[in-house]
Amino acid sequence: MGIIIMKINNLGYLLKEGVRGIFLHGFMSFAAVCVTVACLLIVGSFSCLTYNVSIMVEDLNKTNEVLVYVDETLPEAEARSIGAKISTLENVFDREFITREDALKDFIADHEGDESFSGVEASDLRHRFRVVLVDNALMRETVEELQNIPGVAKVSASYELAEGFTTLQKVLQIVSVAVIGVLLVVSLLIISNTVKLAMYDRRDEIAIMKMVGATNGFIRLPFVVEGFTLGMLGAGVAFGLEWFLYDLLLARLAEVDTLKLFDFVPFEQLLLPMVITFTAAGLFVGIVGSWTSIRKFLNV
Amino acid sequence: MIEFNNVVKSYSVGNKALKGVSMQIEDGEFAFLVGPSGSGKSTIIKLITGELKPTSGTVHVNGYSLDRIRKREIPYMRRTVGVVFQDFRLIENKTVYENVAFVMRAIGAREREIRDRVPYVLELVGLDTKSRRHPGELSGGEQQRLAIARALVNNPSTIIADEPTGNLDPARSLEIMSLLMEINNLGTTMLVVTHARDLVERFPKRVIAIDEGLIISDGMDGYYHYEDQ
Ligand SMILES: Nc1ncnc2c1ncn2[C@@H]1O[C@H](COP(=O)(O)OP(=O)(O)OP(=O)(O)O)[C@@H](O)[C@H]1O
Ligand SMILES: [Mg+2]
Repeated sequence: MGIIIMKINNLGYLLKEGVRGIFLHGFMSFAAVCVTVACLLIVGSFSCLTYNVSIMVEDLNKTNEVLVYVDETLPEAEARSIGAKISTLENVFDREFITREDALKDFIADHEGDESFSGVEASDLRHRFRVVLVDNALMRETVEELQNIPGVAKVSASYELAEGFTTLQKVLQIVSVAVIGVLLVVSLLIISNTVKLAMYDRRDEIAIMKMVGATNGFIRLPFVVEGFTLGMLGAGVAFGLEWFLYDLLLARLAEVDTLKLFDFVPFEQLLLPMVITFTAAGLFVGIVGSWTSIRKFLNV
Repeated sequence: MIEFNNVVKSYSVGNKALKGVSMQIEDGEFAFLVGPSGSGKSTIIKLITGELKPTSGTVHVNGYSLDRIRKREIPYMRRTVGVVFQDFRLIENKTVYENVAFVMRAIGAREREIRDRVPYVLELVGLDTKSRRHPGELSGGEQQRLAIARALVNNPSTIIADEPTGNLDPARSLEIMSLLMEINNLGTTMLVVTHARDLVERFPKRVIAIDEGLIISDGMDGYYHYEDQ
């Protein structure tokens, strides 16, 4: 309510007072910004990692396929017709029919020069569908449904990879939330302490302000401005550093990882979520940090 | 208007600082509040400024009922009461001008109002030539004038001074007291706590005498019934 009563003409005063507090405790403010930067950097890294893993899992969803083998007694035309039934399943994203002849070509290509497979013929293999799922986390259920389709002889799927990634994603999410939570609290505390110091320094002024009838909102504002500035300063520096380090990491990875095992997206693609993450973290840490520290000084 | 009705204040159980005080100070009035140390004078002032709440009884200050005022109304009530302390309570690292301007800003005054009002108030208390000094560069009397200017600047309808001359020599004390009279003549209700018997006797004003938490005399004759220590 104090904020609403505030007139625009006090804005300059508030900003000046808020920034003055930062310089009054130059070292403490510097330390607070450093700790905030360190915390937000780790928070940002976890966000980047989580985001990348979720993109990887999504990509994996599209490449990790299930093979549906058709009963070898069915002629090709009938085998093909099973495709329609496969498509009716909810979790099926895409399907592709592969004749036993095509399968043999692939097989030979995969086992070139291997004597033990030289006698394999097309008739030894089955017609099959290559099926891509919408969500690999539901792979087991979908495989069971596929097996129940008449004419399907066998379904082969590699659960390990799909479930491994899904588990990794879940673990990462939980760890991220925990780490982010802890580090936000750490930055909150350090900013809160810096603002407390500024308030303690000016307790006489605050006492006089209270005495002449300043509202709590008005007394609080310069300190919230101070906390906000510290928080945003930390967020800004952390954001720049994050960008720099991320690009550095990507460049290094490109040198070492010639196999392209890790397909990290460029930072530019993360820009919007990262800007939002850092701004929100900076705001939260700055404003909540100062707000909570002010309470006890206002009880006069 | 300040009105106390049968006010009891105890800081701890069974120990009453005020034992049933009733008094009324009209708008524009000047009153001294006298009494020995520990008699309850500061307690009365804190009840008027809303720092304390009465244990029982009612306190009315300029239209606010302080015994049941809401917390967020207290700032607005305080704007009607200026307070001057014996120990001045000035901000050392602000200039004379800033010490006064600061309390105008505290209640959201515009810069233009501040530029108009502060010099006027400083002139009224005789500090217009020293506006750039710091409190440490002022004499005791000048510091008290500054404290009065600060209490005055937001144009409160009432000014309360708790031993405003306690730290000053007799000549300075007389000057300060005259200044408070002058301000009272401009229409501000004035309640002055003091130990200085000779000062009180010099001015034919109402004197409220308190002892051990009770009002023992209240009159216009300037005489008060307690033996100063
Ligand atoms: N915060 C407190 N806690 C407990 N008792 C208090 C407190 N403040 C004052 N008292 C007691 O209340 C009584 C009145 O105190 P008060 O400060 O009102 O006296 P006073 O008239 O202002 O004295 P002085 O002239 O010395 O300033 C005293 O007995 C004092 O000990
Ligand atoms: Mg006292």
